[in-house]
Amino acid sequence: MTKITRIGLPSDLKRRNFLIGSSTAGLAFGYVAVSGVHGISDALAAGKFEPTAWYSIAPDGKVTVMVGKAEMGQHVSSAMAQIVAEELEADWRMMNIQLADNDPKYNDPVLGALITGGSWSVRMNFDAMSRAGAAGRITLIDAGAAMMGVPAGECRASNSQVIHSKTGKKVSYAKIVADGKASRVWTADELKAIKLKTPGQYTLVGQSVPQLDIPPKTNGTAKYGIDAVAPGMLYGKPVVPPVRYGAKVTAVDDSAAKKVKGFVKAVTLDDKTGTTSGWVVAVATTYPAAKQAAEALKITYDKGPNANVSDQTLIDEAKRLQSAGDSGQLFVKKGDSAAAIAGAAKVMEAEYLTSINIHAPLEPMNALAYEKDGVWHIHTGNQFASRTGGIAGGALGIDPKNVVLHQYFIGGGFGRRLDGDMVVPAVLASKAVAKPVKVIYAREDDMAMDFTRPLTYQKVKAGLDADGKLVGLAHDVVCAWPTARWGIPEFLTPSVDKKGPLDSFTVNGADFWYTVPNHQVRAILNELAQKATPSGQLRSVAPGWTFWAVESMIDELAHAAGKDPVDYRLALLDGAGDNAGGAKKLANALRTAVGRSGYGAVTLPKNSGIGIACVSSQERATATWTACAAQVEVNPANGEFKVNRLTLAMDLGTVVNPDGVKAQIEGSALWGMSLALFEKAPLENGALQVSNFGDYTPMRMSQMPDLDISVIASNDPASGCGEPGVTVIAPAIANAIFNAVGARVRSLPITAEAVKAAIKT
Amino acid sequence: MITLTINGQSRQVDTADDTPLLWVIREQLQMTGTKFGCGAGLCGACTVHLDGVAVRSCQTAAKDAAGKKITTIEGLGGGKPHALQVAWEVEQVPQCGYCQSGQIMQAASLLAKNPDPTKQEIVAHMDGNLCRCMTYGRIQRAIVRAAADMRSKSGA
Repeated sequence: MTKITRIGLPSDLKRRNFLIGSSTAGLAFGYVAVSGVHGISDALAAGKFEPTAWYSIAPDGKVTVMVGKAEMGQHVSSAMAQIVAEELEADWRMMNIQLADNDPKYNDPVLGALITGGSWSVRMNFDAMSRAGAAGRITLIDAGAAMMGVPAGECRASNSQVIHSKTGKKVSYAKIVADGKASRVWTADELKAIKLKTPGQYTLVGQSVPQLDIPPKTNGTAKYGIDAVAPGMLYGKPVVPPVRYGAKVTAVDDSAAKKVKGFVKAVTLDDKTGTTSGWVVAVATTYPAAKQAAEALKITYDKGPNANVSDQTLIDEAKRLQSAGDSGQLFVKKGDSAAAIAGAAKVMEAEYLTSINIHAPLEPMNALAYEKDGVWHIHTGNQFASRTGGIAGGALGIDPKNVVLHQYFIGGGFGRRLDGDMVVPAVLASKAVAKPVKVIYAREDDMAMDFTRPLTYQKVKAGLDADGKLVGLAHDVVCAWPTARWGIPEFLTPSVDKKGPLDSFTVNGADFWYTVPNHQVRAILNELAQKATPSGQLRSVAPGWTFWAVESMIDELAHAAGKDPVDYRLALLDGAGDNAGGAKKLANALRTAVGRSGYGAVTLPKNSGIGIACVSSQERATATWTACAAQVEVNPANGEFKVNRLTLAMDLGTVVNPDGVKAQIEGSALWGMSLALFEKAPLENGALQVSNFGDYTPMRMSQMPDLDISVIASNDPASGCGEPGVTVIAPAIANAIFNAVGARVRSLPITAEAVKAAIKT
Repeated sequence: MITLTINGQSRQVDTADDTPLLWVIREQLQMTGTKFGCGAGLCGACTVHLDGVAVRSCQTAAKDAAGKKITTIEGLGGGKPHALQVAWEVEQVPQCGYCQSGQIMQAASLLAKNPDPTKQEIVAHMDGNLCRCMTYGRIQRAIVRAAADMRSKSGA
């Protein structure tokens, strides 16, 4: 089970860096305050009220919330403002957002870093934002009461006003701040002592207020990293090597590039962080010139050790590792699964595969970098500013405290911008030409150099007793370890067999809520993949593949036992032992989705089926209870199939913004289907065989199925909604294909050929 | 030097004839609402209008835009929000938002010639515009809403 640990600050403050993996990049949380960088600090001088670091109120009553989270369309900035406004009793029309740079004072209050991922944000920031909001309200009520000459105890706040209930006297927050009557700054202990509202008292949380980040995204004014400018700025276009990782540049001939008007320099990156290998940046006065020069460069490479790695070699290596009984580390060990399977009446065994996938956010990677007065400024949108600032410092060979990361809207994150590669070509090119340089990856660069969802190979072995009851399950997961690559010990999890830490972000989900008396999950690092295909966190990460295996296998077991797959799951979700609580919520979500889908109640056309899956993504400790019923129609003649309808139910505890949650479920469900059907990045000769949206083909509008989404709200702590929907779709579709035509597919993406082949057997 | 008429204004730009219009708009003229997504006409993020027709500005040479009326997201409503931009807010369409300028420009060229498109017509017209956040359902609803608003305003 994953425990979310706070990322520790280095105990020795002089030792600012600690190693990222085998590289020498520093991950430091140091930061130098630069005058003019901070809206809030500047704002103080302008007579604003700032009870905590999280927001200020201006003399006109406008509230500006400082958002330490990356805004990539999940509307997290608006959600933070909504939580603040609830306790602040602010008028929603007065709320504004400002994205924070990499100042550690905006660190996630639970994680202790500027990081956005894991569907964690609302859960982990709810308390801090609530307390910040309440602190402002209490201060304003005290100040407003004094201004009206009435006892504070007789006043309440509503819609950005302090109201004296008996007399109906009112004073606005704007007036209080404009008159300079509110100035209290709250300490951490004072904030902790505040008594917050109970869910029954919420008036704004739970309302679908308009998202604050949407208006600028309808008129072209929203600023993304790619829109950043600096005076005298040049442009950089990367030239990336013919293998994903491990190449070296041996020679650069720029004689043809020199003929391109505007060409400035070809910069070969000496990346001490090891984030990139074998990159050159063509720098020019315009981006088209940089692109033209990049195409004209003649670069010779030593392709390095990974030039012969392909999907097949990764799979072969994964199988070798899995069959070696002593490889890997245990994530789950309950009872004795080997003995239980050996003594079982029936044994089932299956292999499940998922392909390499890339993020392909629509805004290609980019960064603008320049040095000014000894401080490096980087303008980009990033999900892990704490680490990315460290990478920039490491690449430059400077103390990362002298790196300021200016945050922008993110034109698609999905985990891609948890990585910091884009700052490396920007800072090194800028250093080489001593001018600001904006580096923009061409789409082809962005795809070829993605930090991918790793190729995964999973083997599941299960034993049933004579009644078809699941008595033992052994689940091995072999892949590259994306989070281990970060080299941040706090993100790793101790193994239960004490064989050293493992990357739980490769096995989360396999520690499911079904009651299985003998259960083992083994995490195995595929070193070859780790070296050849640096992997990253792609929306939903491990549950995107672990539930593919688990929910396919559970279905296979139900059919083998002659039981209905829904009944079979509900029986396993008995809530016994440490599955108390969660299992019943998951069962409830399952019943909701199944009921709304018409499963078992409607007569389906021939060769159609409804398939079921339910998941507890993302981690056991942060589970969101999600179920899906997918209705699929198969053409048995050629294996082609169509997903007609996805019915989802999700219980995520407290819902801050119901429409925002729905938007996330819509997007994540379609992501799940796109990964299951349309997306694959093959690896051949050490290179990802994808170049643009012609060969890497996310879902288009015409491919969208009908969606039916039910949100089950409760007063439990808020959980995440941006990722779990991804994880439930692929197994539901595969299970539907089986129910339609009896074809079992075990490899993602699911192809018509695979379905047709499975019909024959 | 090329003279471009963009959002009703005449602008002189110093650029090569074959420079993609996208980069002239975004970097030289600093109208950054038009986005770079693929550089190959495959995603639609860079969609602008030339004489009212939606084109991919990454595939349009600057010189080919000379003498035509260029409209970008910044000029779509002619000073006030276009019905589509209003509908985009009502339906809370954008997530990351990066594709949405292109989506709106593409949709505007549909409604200009077809005031009451069917769902099939909307899908056929919009299918070249990728939304990586997959806001497609909301895009469809917003187009239908904007079309209805435009019809009621024009008394149709």
